[in-house]
Amino acid sequence: MPAVSKGDGMRGLAVFISDIRNCKSKEAEIKRINKELANIRSKFKGDKALDGYSKKKYVCKLLFIFLLGHDIDFGHMEAVNLLSSNKYTEKQIGYLFISVLVNSNSELIRLINNAIKNDLSSRNPTFMCLALHCIANVGSREMAEAFAGEIPRILVAGDTMDSVKQSAALCLLRLYKTSPDLVLMGEWTSRVVHLLNDQHMGVVTAAISLITCLSQKNPDEFKTCVSLAVSRLSRIVSSASTDLQDYTYYFVPAPWLSCKLLRLLQCYPPPEDGAVKGRLVECLETILNKAQEPPKSKKVQHSNAKNAILFEAISLIIHYDSEPNLLVRACNQLGQFLQHRETNLRYLALESMCTLASSEFSHEAVKTHIETVINALKTERDVSVRQRAADLLYAMCDRSNAKQIVAEMLSYLETADYSIREEMVLKVAILAEKYAVDYSWYVDTILNLIRIAGDYVSEEVWYRVIQIVINRDDVQGYAAKTVFEALQAPACHENMVKVGGYILGEFGNLIAGDPRSSPLVQFNLLHSKFHLCSVPTRALLLSAYIKFINLFPETKSTIQEVLRSDSQIRNSDVELQQRAVEYLKLSSIASTDVLATVLEEMPPFPERESSILAKLKKKKGPGAVSVNELEEGKREGGELNGGGGERGGDNSTIAASNASTPSPSADLLGLRTGPQVSAAPPSAGSLLVDVFSEAGVNDDGFLRDLEPPTESSDSLLAEGPGDSDSAPPSAVSEDAAPPLPESNELLNKFVCKNNGVLFENQLLQIGIKSEYRQNLGRMYLFYGNKTSVQFVTFTTTVSCPGELHPQLNVQAKPVEPLIEGGAQVQQVINIECLGDFCEAPLLNIKFRYGGALQNLSLKLPVTINKFFQPTEMASHDFFQRWKQLSQPQQEAQKIFKASHAMDTEVIKAKLLGLGMALLENVDPNPENFVCAGVIQTKAQQVGSLLRLEPNAQAQMYRLTLRSSKDTVSKRLCELLAEQF
Amino acid sequence: MIGGLFIYNHKGEVLISRVYRDDIGRNAVDAFRVNVIHARQQVRSPVTNIARTSFFHVKRSNIWLAAVTKQNVNAAMVFEFLYKMCDVMTAYFGKISEENIKNNFVLIYELLDEILDFGYPQNSETGALKTFITQQGIKGQHQTKEEQSQITSQVTGQIGWRREGIKYRRNELFLDVLESVNLLMSPQGQVLSAHVSGRVVMKSYLSGMPECKFGMNDKIVIDKQGKGGTTDDAGKSGKQSIAIDDCTFHQCVRLSKFDSERSISFIPPDGEYELMRYRTTKDIILPFRVIPLVREVGRTKLEVKVVIKSNFKPSLLAQKIEVRIPTPLNTSGVQVICMKGKAKYKASENAIVWKIKRMAGMKESQISAEIELLPTNDKKKWARPPISMNFEVPFAPSGLKVRYLKVFESKLNYSDHDVIKWVRYIGRSGIYETRC
Repeated sequence: MPAVSKGDGMRGLAVFISDIRNCKSKEAEIKRINKELANIRSKFKGDKALDGYSKKKYVCKLLFIFLLGHDIDFGHMEAVNLLSSNKYTEKQIGYLFISVLVNSNSELIRLINNAIKNDLSSRNPTFMCLALHCIANVGSREMAEAFAGEIPRILVAGDTMDSVKQSAALCLLRLYKTSPDLVLMGEWTSRVVHLLNDQHMGVVTAAISLITCLSQKNPDEFKTCVSLAVSRLSRIVSSASTDLQDYTYYFVPAPWLSCKLLRLLQCYPPPEDGAVKGRLVECLETILNKAQEPPKSKKVQHSNAKNAILFEAISLIIHYDSEPNLLVRACNQLGQFLQHRETNLRYLALESMCTLASSEFSHEAVKTHIETVINALKTERDVSVRQRAADLLYAMCDRSNAKQIVAEMLSYLETADYSIREEMVLKVAILAEKYAVDYSWYVDTILNLIRIAGDYVSEEVWYRVIQIVINRDDVQGYAAKTVFEALQAPACHENMVKVGGYILGEFGNLIAGDPRSSPLVQFNLLHSKFHLCSVPTRALLLSAYIKFINLFPETKSTIQEVLRSDSQIRNSDVELQQRAVEYLKLSSIASTDVLATVLEEMPPFPERESSILAKLKKKKGPGAVSVNELEEGKREGGELNGGGGERGGDNSTIAASNASTPSPSADLLGLRTGPQVSAAPPSAGSLLVDVFSEAGVNDDGFLRDLEPPTESSDSLLAEGPGDSDSAPPSAVSEDAAPPLPESNELLNKFVCKNNGVLFENQLLQIGIKSEYRQNLGRMYLFYGNKTSVQFVTFTTTVSCPGELHPQLNVQAKPVEPLIEGGAQVQQVINIECLGDFCEAPLLNIKFRYGGALQNLSLKLPVTINKFFQPTEMASHDFFQRWKQLSQPQQEAQKIFKASHAMDTEVIKAKLLGLGMALLENVDPNPENFVCAGVIQTKAQQVGSLLRLEPNAQAQMYRLTLRSSKDTVSKRLCELLAEQF
Repeated sequence: MIGGLFIYNHKGEVLISRVYRDDIGRNAVDAFRVNVIHARQQVRSPVTNIARTSFFHVKRSNIWLAAVTKQNVNAAMVFEFLYKMCDVMTAYFGKISEENIKNNFVLIYELLDEILDFGYPQNSETGALKTFITQQGIKGQHQTKEEQSQITSQVTGQIGWRREGIKYRRNELFLDVLESVNLLMSPQGQVLSAHVSGRVVMKSYLSGMPECKFGMNDKIVIDKQGKGGTTDDAGKSGKQSIAIDDCTFHQCVRLSKFDSERSISFIPPDGEYELMRYRTTKDIILPFRVIPLVREVGRTKLEVKVVIKSNFKPSLLAQKIEVRIPTPLNTSGVQVICMKGKAKYKASENAIVWKIKRMAGMKESQISAEIELLPTNDKKKWARPPISMNFEVPFAPSGLKVRYLKVFESKLNYSDHDVIKWVRYIGRSGIYETRC
C-alpha cells in the first residue's frame, strides 16, 4: 500500500480517531460517535454532490465506527461510488469497506460486481489486484458465480503481470474452497499446472497452493504436476543459498515453496518414471544431507526453516514407504531430534517416528531408539510429548521387546497424567495380549494393570482376560492362584473383584487342594468384598457363589445361608433379589447331577478380534475407526439383546434343556448359551451376557434393568405380531424423517396393550407406559440411551397431523436435552380425546450422537379404542341395542383369515385389552365373543358393540362392529382385524 | 460482609484499594476493571458476579466505587454503605473527583478504617466522624484529655450522633421536603406507572439536647385523630392526608414510638442530616402533562409535535424545565420551531432538547419539529423511545404537608416558640416519561 501523502491525509479522520481515543468513558465515546454519524448522515443526504476526497473520508469514518463495534446501516452506496474512482486510495477504501461490511445478499451486490468487472478488465495491475482481493475477501457464492469463469483466464493469460497472477491464483483458491462446483478448471488445467514453471517464485508459490487443493479433489487431472514439481524442487534444493535472492530466508532457499512442493507430492504415489524418481530421491537425499550440515546461522528462523523442509521431506518419504535407505536415514535423523532442546522438535520427531515404526523397512531402525523414548516418557515435562512417546512405544512394540515396553508402560502408569491413563491402559492390555508368549505373564500383567489403574480399566479389558483364561487350559490354575493372591489385598479395585469372582467361580477347584486356599477360604475372601461392590458386581458374585456350590458341595450350607439372608433375598434391587431367590431354589431343589450340568464349566470362546482394539480405535477419535466396524459391533450387540429378550420368557424351565443342548448357532449366540445356562438369568438382559458383548453395548443390560418392572414383565407376555426387539434397526436420515415404515405395525402392536417397547435401534430404546381414563390419557415415554456416549440436544415434539388436530389434544412435557450414556429419561404426555379420530399423533425425536444429527419420527400408539369404557349388560339388553344400531353405515364388518393360532384365552385377553367389556353368556353360540363399550370423547360418547365369530375349521374370523357413529365402527374394525 | 473496597478512575486505574478480608485476592481489582470498566458491552447492572465474587459498584462522575465480597451479603446494605461513603467524602472534601481523591487519599484510608471494620459498616455519621477524624493533623494537639474522653464517650455512648453542650445564640431549624416524581404515561395520557420517592432533610442548629417531634399529614395518624374528633374535622383532614407506602428513618428516630403511636420523635444530630425517606404511589399530583404527536411522512420525513401543560396553581412557578424528544437513528437533519424556551437537536444524544427556564401553573406550551431521515437498507423499525422530562416545582407532588415540628428542651430555658423554623418543598422529576 503506498504511503498516504500529506495532502491526502484525511485530517478529519485523524481528528475523529484521536477524539475517540481521548474519550474518558464509554458514554463519551458513544456521544462522539452519535455526533459523527449525524454529521455523516447530513453530508450523505444527497443535497449536494460530495467530492471523492470527502466521500472517502466519511466512508473511512464509518468503517472505523463499524470496527469499534457499532452498527452501520448506511453509506454502502457511497462506498460503491468510490469503486468507480480513478484514484487508488479512493478505490482502495471503497473495496475495504465492501469487503468488511457488505454481506453477500445485499442488493448492492450487482453494482459491486459491475465495478469489479470493470476493474478486472482494465489493464491497470493495481486495480486488478484490488478487485481480486475483494473477490477473495468476500468469497460469496454470487461472487463465485460472477467471476469463476473470468479469473482462470486472467491467471493463465500471457500478458498478465506477475503480481496479478499471484492474486488471481489465491483468489481462485478461495472461490474453489467456498463453492467448488462453480469453479470448473477443465480447459485451464494444463496451463495452470505449467505455472509451476513460471519464472517468478511468487507466482509459483501462489499457484502451488491452488494446485494442491485442486489435485486433492481430482488427482488424475493434475497428474502432470508431479514431474514439474520434482524438477522445480530439485532446482531449488540444488541452488546455492544466494541464487534465489528475494526468496532466500535466513540462508534457506525458498523454504515455503519447498514445503508446499513436498506436500503436493504427498498427494500422489511415487513417480513411475525412473528418471523423475531418481531425481526426486536425489532431492530428498540432498535435503537430508543439508540438514546434517552445520547451521549457517544461529538464528532460530534459520533452523526453523531448515527443519520445516526436513520434516516435510520425511513425511514424503514415509508417504512413499518404498525407499528403505531413505527411511532408515530419516529415522536416524529424527533420532537426533529426540534429545533436542526444543520441545516442539522432540514432539515432531516422536510423531514422525510413530509413522515410521509402522513401515517394515524402518521398524528395526526405530527400535534402536527405545531407550531414549522410554526416557522421554519418564522425564518429559510436557504431557503432549509424553503422550507421543507412549504412542511411539506402542507402535514400536513387537515380540522381542514387548516385555520391556509393557513393564515400562506399567511403571509409568502409576505416575501418568490422568488424561492419558485410560488410553495407556488399553495400550498395555492390547500389547500384553498381542505379544504374550507366556499366558501367565499376560495374566500377571493385566492383574497388575487393574491393581495400578483400576479406575481406568474399561469393561472390555477384563472381559478379554476372562475370555483368554477360559480358552487356555494351561493358564487357568495359575490365574486362579494369582487372583486369589491379588484379592488378599485389603483394598481391591472392583474390577479386580469381578475378575476374581469370575475366575474363582470357574476354576477355584484348581487351587482348592492347598489348605491356604480351601473352598471356604476362597468363599470368605470373595464374600468379604461383596458389600463394598456395586450392584452388577454383586450380581456376578452371586453367580460365582452358585458355581461354588457345584464345585465344592461342602460350602453349600454356608452359601445357602448367605443367599437366604434378608440382605440378599429381600434386596431392594430386583436383579439381585431374583438371583438370590433363584439360586437358592436351584441349590436346594436340584440334584447334584442337575446342578453339575447346569453349572458346568464355561465352554471355550471362539477366537475373534479383540474388543479392546476397537475400543482403542474409538478412543483415538471417531475418525480413526471405520464406520463399518462400529456398525458391526452394534448390530451384534442388538442381536444379542434381542435373543436375550426372546429367551427370557421361559427362563428357568428352558435353562436345563439348554444346558444339555448348547445352541448350535455361531459366534455370539453360541457364546451366550454358556452364561445363560449357568446364571439362569432373570427376565431380560442378564448381566453376565454383557461380559461377552462388544464395545458400546455393554450398558444395554443395565439399561433394560432400569426400566420399570411392569415393562419387562410385559415383554415377557408379549406375543403380539412381532416382538419388540425384532423391529429392524431404522435408517436414520439427516434431514426430514418421515414416520418409520414399520410404524403402522408398531401402532397395531399397541392396540390391545398399553405398555411395552415402542421402538428400538442401535442407539435408542423407547419404552412406553400409558393409562387412560374416560377421555383423558397419560403416556410415559422412557428414552433409553443404549450407547456409552451421551446424546445431546435431545428434543422431542409431538404433533397431530392434519385433521387429527381438532380431534385430539396432545401435550408433551419437555424432556431433558441431555441423556448420558446408558441412562434413561422419562417424558410425560397428556392426551385428551376431543372427538373420534383415525390417525395417530406423530412423535419426532431429534438428538446428536457423536456429532451426527439423528432424526426419527414414530407414530404414538394412541388409537380410538384407548378411550373405551367397558359396559356390562345382559343378553337381552345387548341384542336390543344391537338392533337399534341397525343402519347400514353404523355397521362395519370384516371377514379375515387368522394370522395367529385361534386360542380362546388369547382372544379373550386381546378383547379385554381392547378396552371393551367381554360379555359372557350373551351370544347363543359359546364360540362367539361379544363385547360392549362406550368411547369417551370430550364432544360425545359413542357406544359400540362388537361381535367376533371365529371359525376354527376355516381358520377365519368374522368381525362385526356396530356403533352410533359410522367412522368409529370403521376404524375399530380396521384396528381389530390386524390383531387376530 | 464487604471483603474490600476499591476506587477507580475512568481509565480503570486503582486510586484506593482497601481489602478487609483474606478471601479477596489482589486479582479482584483487575477482574472488576476488565469485566466492568473495560467491558465491551456497557455493564448496566450495578452488581456483577465474576468468578464467585460479587462486585457492587456506584459511579460518581468519572469515579467508580466498587465493594467486593465473596459472601452472600445484603446488596441493599452494601449500596446504602456506598452512598453513605460518598456522602462522607463529599462532606470532607467536596466533589468526588479524581483530583480530590488523590489529594485526600490518606484521609480516605483513615475514614475507611473507621467506618468499615472487618467489612462491617460502623458509625458513618459525618458529624460524629468530624470530631475525631480531622483534616488538620495539628488540631489534635489542641484537644485536651477531657475533650478526647468526651468524644470517646459520645461516640461509644447511647446518643452517638450528638455531643453534649452545644450552644447557639439563635435556635434555628430548616426543614426541606425533597421529592422526585416518576411517571410512565401512554401516548393517550393513561398513567402506566407513577410513584414519588421523597426525603425529609433537616438542618438543625439547636442548643442542648432537644427533644423534637415531627408531624405530617400521614393518613393513618389523621384518621386516628379523626376518630377522636368530630366527623366534620375528619372529613376535612382526610382529604389532605396522604398514604405512605413505606418509610425509613434516621437512626435518631425512636422506632418503638413510631411503631406504637406512629409519632416521629427524636433528638436531632447537629447540622444537616436526612430525617426520613418515604415512598407514595397514590393520589400523586403530576406537575406536567406531555402530549406527543408523531407523524411519519413517507420514508424520509417525520413530523413531531409536543405539547406540555403545567398542572398546578397558577401562582407557583416551575423551573429548569427540559423536554427530551428522541430522534430516529437515521436522522439527517432537524428543523425546530418552539414558542417558548430554546430547543436544539443534539446529535450526540440522538434527541431534541427543549429547555424552558420558568413556567407558571395552568399554562401550555408547544414545540414542533420536522425531522429528515436518511433512507437505510435496514428494515429495522425505529423503537420510538419515550419522551422524557426534567423540572423542578416548589411543592410536594405527593401532597405531603408538614403539620408541625415541636422542640422541647427541658434543661435550657428556651421553648418551642423561640425556635425559628423554615420549611421548604421541592419537587423534582425522577424518570418522567411519556411514550410516543
